[in-house]
Amino acid sequence: MATLEIRDLHVTVEADNATKEILKGVDLTVKQGETHAIMGPNGSGKSTLAYSLAGHPKYTITGGTVTLDGEDVLEMSVDERARAGLFLAMQYPVEVPGVSVSNFLRTSATAIRGEAPKLRTWVKEVKEAMERLHMDPSFAERNVNEGFSGGEKKRHEILQLELLKPKIAILDETDSGLDVDALRIVSEGVNRVRETGEVGTLLITHYTRILRYIKPDHVHVFADGRIAESGGAELADKLENEGYEAYVKGGASA
Amino acid sequence: MAEAQNIPVGSTTAGSIAVAAESTVATRMSAPPSFDVADFPVPHGREEEWRFTPLERLRGLHDGTAVATGDGVKVDVQAPQGVTVEAVGRDDARLGRAGTPVDRVAAQAYSAFEQASVVTVPKDTVLTEPIRVTVHGQGGTAFGHQVIELGAFAEAVVVIDHTGDAVLAANVDYLLGDGAKLTVVSVQDWDDKAVHVAQHNALVGRDASFKSVVVTFGGDVVRLHPRVAYAGTGGEAELYGLYFTDSGQHQEHRLLVDHNTPHCKSNVAYKGALQGESAHAVWIGDVLIEAAAEGTDTYEMNRNLVLTDGARVDSVPNLEIETGEIVGAGHASATGRFDDEQLFYLMARGIPEYEARRLVVRGFFAELVQQIGVADIEERLLAKIEEELEASVA
Repeated sequence: MATLEIRDLHVTVEADNATKEILKGVDLTVKQGETHAIMGPNGSGKSTLAYSLAGHPKYTITGGTVTLDGEDVLEMSVDERARAGLFLAMQYPVEVPGVSVSNFLRTSATAIRGEAPKLRTWVKEVKEAMERLHMDPSFAERNVNEGFSGGEKKRHEILQLELLKPKIAILDETDSGLDVDALRIVSEGVNRVRETGEVGTLLITHYTRILRYIKPDHVHVFADGRIAESGGAELADKLENEGYEAYVKGGASA
Repeated sequence: MAEAQNIPVGSTTAGSIAVAAESTVATRMSAPPSFDVADFPVPHGREEEWRFTPLERLRGLHDGTAVATGDGVKVDVQAPQGVTVEAVGRDDARLGRAGTPVDRVAAQAYSAFEQASVVTVPKDTVLTEPIRVTVHGQGGTAFGHQVIELGAFAEAVVVIDHTGDAVLAANVDYLLGDGAKLTVVSVQDWDDKAVHVAQHNALVGRDASFKSVVVTFGGDVVRLHPRVAYAGTGGEAELYGLYFTDSGQHQEHRLLVDHNTPHCKSNVAYKGALQGESAHAVWIGDVLIEAAAEGTDTYEMNRNLVLTDGARVDSVPNLEIETGEIVGAGHASATGRFDDEQLFYLMARGIPEYEARRLVVRGFFAELVQQIGVADIEERLLAKIEEELEASVA
């Protein structure tokens, strides 16, 4: 069973000619089939955790370990991490001029699966996945994220999640900027992947709204660069009622 | 492509649409067209038509100090049956009919060449194989003049392939008879030190179709000036260009479509990728719709993809309209960059770095590559793109 283990992770970022520590010792274990929600106020380091796990060059790991099934994730390049089974659905997916969605998806699937998917079954696979996400077929011929609305970008991220079938999926504020309909469609996509039992999900969010659609097994409150409290789904209800105030008082990073 | 927010530092995308009596296109040139080099002052670099060009790297083509050396270029023409290939003197009436030199280097080339090459496809002759002209640089300096003439209703594909090392200034004339169809692919695949400055003049006959594909990869400085005018109504011109500008290279494409005749069409699409320190691409797209040219339909587009820091693009579309009685006129220019965030996004989907760059560049050029229509050139172009990208990763 695939397991992502994060131990005492420390991460810094360069900003305004100064080194700032964003993650100050994160401990977390995500197993295949589990869903963990990470909730926290703005600036608490949630997204830094997501991008650090994916290997974004902006972040420097200064301490701790991350392993996936015992393999050292921090030693891997960005593409190696993805091929090892890590997937990051981004809060702000990037426009890639000149590359069509269909070409992108196929190139990515080829890289992840280690061989090019058979064309006939692949076309069907993509078409069905797009239909489930209420995406128009013409979408496949557009350039990656170019001119996409906020909702289209997020659906495109979840489309990739469904097609690439990672071991560990990190969803970075996938719910932000979505209206209720889009949120429902995107959540259904995430749930389809979760229901396979094949993926461990790390759901990063600022709001409890998405948790009405995606039920987490574990909820962690993130504050000032580390996990401040962990609990079950009931912890989300507490946050819904009380907000993050209890976690940020005296915290300078809110 | 993100039109406005994604322009790298050190690039300009300027443009204008002038609807005025005063011709901005004409006033851009510091002297009227002439076959005589003496009619042009030596440029100092601040003139509108020279301001982007590194004069100090032209090896004297612009100031009269460049002299033909005899070992400049070796020109070889392979033509299918039915085509005439002649070497002629400067008194031949077919020379200069398609257009007049518009700057000092073109006039220098006209004043200095010894023999011109004239390739003629007789009327009603439809070629099934391309005419292939190879221009191979031998390390010296040369001045050239090439004429390609198609009689009425003739059809031909011409591939002009520049390789090797040379300092070359040339004029190339395309004369299309009524109803003729000509596709010309000019490949600039020079070695690193080559300097190539040329004016291409197309005169498109009544109901004739002209397609120009300019592919520029090599050279230290390449400055091309493709120009089109129409000799009768119903003419069509498609001008496509692809360039891959590397570290230290200057590649400049300056186009003019002169809609001087009613009911003609033009479509211009140039795309370039740049990588490396001091890579400099310049694209000037001038379209002039003269008062008489009612029913004109024109569109011009330039796109640039900047792959690394340190490259510079200057892209200037200009559309000048002297009559409102037209079908359509438009232009677009955009410069986008392939940046670290795009690379991260693609790599986060398992795609290795080299593959990510390849994907972006091939996708960017795909629609234009398909326009070439000459299979071996298309393949060579794709191979060349791979080669350039591999060099950048290494």
